[in-house]
Amino acid sequence: MSLAMNVAAGASDTSFDLGELEAFLTQEAHLLDEARYEEWLSLFTADATYWVPSAVNQRDPYETVSLMYDDRRLLETRVRRLMQGVMHAQTPRSTAVRQVTNAALVERQAGGALVRSKFTMVEYRRNAQRIFAGTYLHRLVRQGGALKIASKRVNLVNCEAELEGLVVPF
Amino acid sequence: MPEYSDTQLRRMVQPDRVHKHLYTDPAIFDLEMERIFGRGWIYVGHESQVRKPGDFFATRMGTKPVLLTRHSDGRVYVIHNQCAHRGAQVVAEESGNAPEFRCCYHGWSYHTDGRIKNIPLRHAYPQRLDMSDPKLAMVQVPRVQSHRGFVFASLAATGPSLEQFLGHIATSLDDMIDRAPDGEIEIAGGVFKHRYNANWKVYLENLLDAAHPLFVHHSSIEASKVQDDTVTSDGTGEIAIRQMRQNGASYGFWESQVGIWAYPNGHAYIGDYHDDAKLVAAMNDPVFREYIAALEAKKGKAEAKRILELRRWNSNVYPNVSFMSQFQQFRVVHPLSVNSTVVYTYCFRLKGAPEQMFRNTVAFANVVNGTGSLVLTDDLETYDRLGNGLASGGTEWLEISRGAGTDLADAHDGRRGKNSTSEVYLRNMFEAWLGYMTGGESGLAAAAE
Repeated sequence: MSLAMNVAAGASDTSFDLGELEAFLTQEAHLLDEARYEEWLSLFTADATYWVPSAVNQRDPYETVSLMYDDRRLLETRVRRLMQGVMHAQTPRSTAVRQVTNAALVERQAGGALVRSKFTMVEYRRNAQRIFAGTYLHRLVRQGGALKIASKRVNLVNCEAELEGLVVPF
Repeated sequence: MPEYSDTQLRRMVQPDRVHKHLYTDPAIFDLEMERIFGRGWIYVGHESQVRKPGDFFATRMGTKPVLLTRHSDGRVYVIHNQCAHRGAQVVAEESGNAPEFRCCYHGWSYHTDGRIKNIPLRHAYPQRLDMSDPKLAMVQVPRVQSHRGFVFASLAATGPSLEQFLGHIATSLDDMIDRAPDGEIEIAGGVFKHRYNANWKVYLENLLDAAHPLFVHHSSIEASKVQDDTVTSDGTGEIAIRQMRQNGASYGFWESQVGIWAYPNGHAYIGDYHDDAKLVAAMNDPVFREYIAALEAKKGKAEAKRILELRRWNSNVYPNVSFMSQFQQFRVVHPLSVNSTVVYTYCFRLKGAPEQMFRNTVAFANVVNGTGSLVLTDDLETYDRLGNGLASGGTEWLEISRGAGTDLADAHDGRRGKNSTSEVYLRNMFEAWLGYMTGGESGLAAAAE
């Protein structure tokens, strides 16, 4: 589905209530905490992108490398890998919890909204606990009455650090 | 004082096996920092990172923090990032441009080639403070040489030249440059810094290991196999998924179509893929075809053909670089301790190539080198398992014998495996290791003989 179609599909509904957006972000975080990745994937539009830049204020995901940058096709493969029975990088599995706060409606767009929030994610795996924190930028659209993620950008405060492997999505 | 005599070190490296202490003993690590990283040619950076006078790039030689700088005389220098006064780190940024370097502590300042420029309260020091003393400086690393823009440095004042050290592996560095239609390359596209909890050597080993992808990368091979290729992609997913599927090639592929070549001083490369349709830069890819046209226009058809037929996958310049000239990936290994390593990975932009080509390089970097990649994360886990496993009380000796006895002599004092699954590159690296570790001041020369 093209971007133009997304916008057109939601164009009739420009009412975005901050409470509804916050509830959506909370539910998304809950699905990730419970490792319900397929349900998490279903929150994204058919042409969505998921992006974790490698540098502060990174301009785009094309001219600079990214800790994670998935178009819809790669995001599907990422999720399928997370659901695999054998995956060395998740043997043993991580457990994680995310807190999403400070949500603000940055901009109303045609048929959509740009929402900024702050998050922390605590990940535990094999006797080690890691803390990640940063800013989420969700571009949300309404499709068939439901909110969907057209793009999600995750600005980690330590994106430029020397990091061990990142497997669990933020 | 070293705890290991030369005899003991020699006993730990045998033709078909090495002792696990090479990966686990802090005393061995300290010796490696002194005798390998403290003497040999170590890759420091690329000249495109320090184009203008005053440009600097902070990195490490072994565990020692150094700066690569471009001085006002136009030359590049490598200097220790340490103030001559009280020993503080002078430059705290990773890169930038500065007219001079000034210590935050008492304001001692230095020229960008490391020479002392000014000392506050100089009148209060006794006469012995001689401003022309080369030690009163951010001390220069004694030897710095560039191979067509790739800057290497040695902490030893004497030893073989960079070109002697590189030998035939220089052709892999040349391949990176030759692939640019304009004959020039630059580091671009940011950096990954991935860390793991095991010895530095395992990284170099894995990058030439043809037998690991089927097992290590099982999860991404399986996940990519069934991906619907009609789902929206901006090109990123297409490149990533093609590479993941390629990792699933059977042993038959690695044994019949891929080779491995090893050369003096620990260098080696794996490559020579013949089935271009399976490659990321496939010959039928429109961007790659546009690139070939640009290459032919600048270099002529015959030279373009020669360049493109050199199909090297990973090349290692021992002991701290593994790079991929074919797809412009460059990885620099920084040992932190015996069981902790960080790898910085970079992309090169080929001047004169289509813009989309560099975007493909970035997408490829994300899948093969990305800290959050679906592929690399299983490698990093494997390194951690090596770190954990080697701490156990099980086997003392580690195998390096696959393909032993079937290696073939090759030109340029090299040898090649019967096919790419041969561990000839391991045997070759450990021969170099032993040369460095037992060869005294001229360890490298001994290794080359």
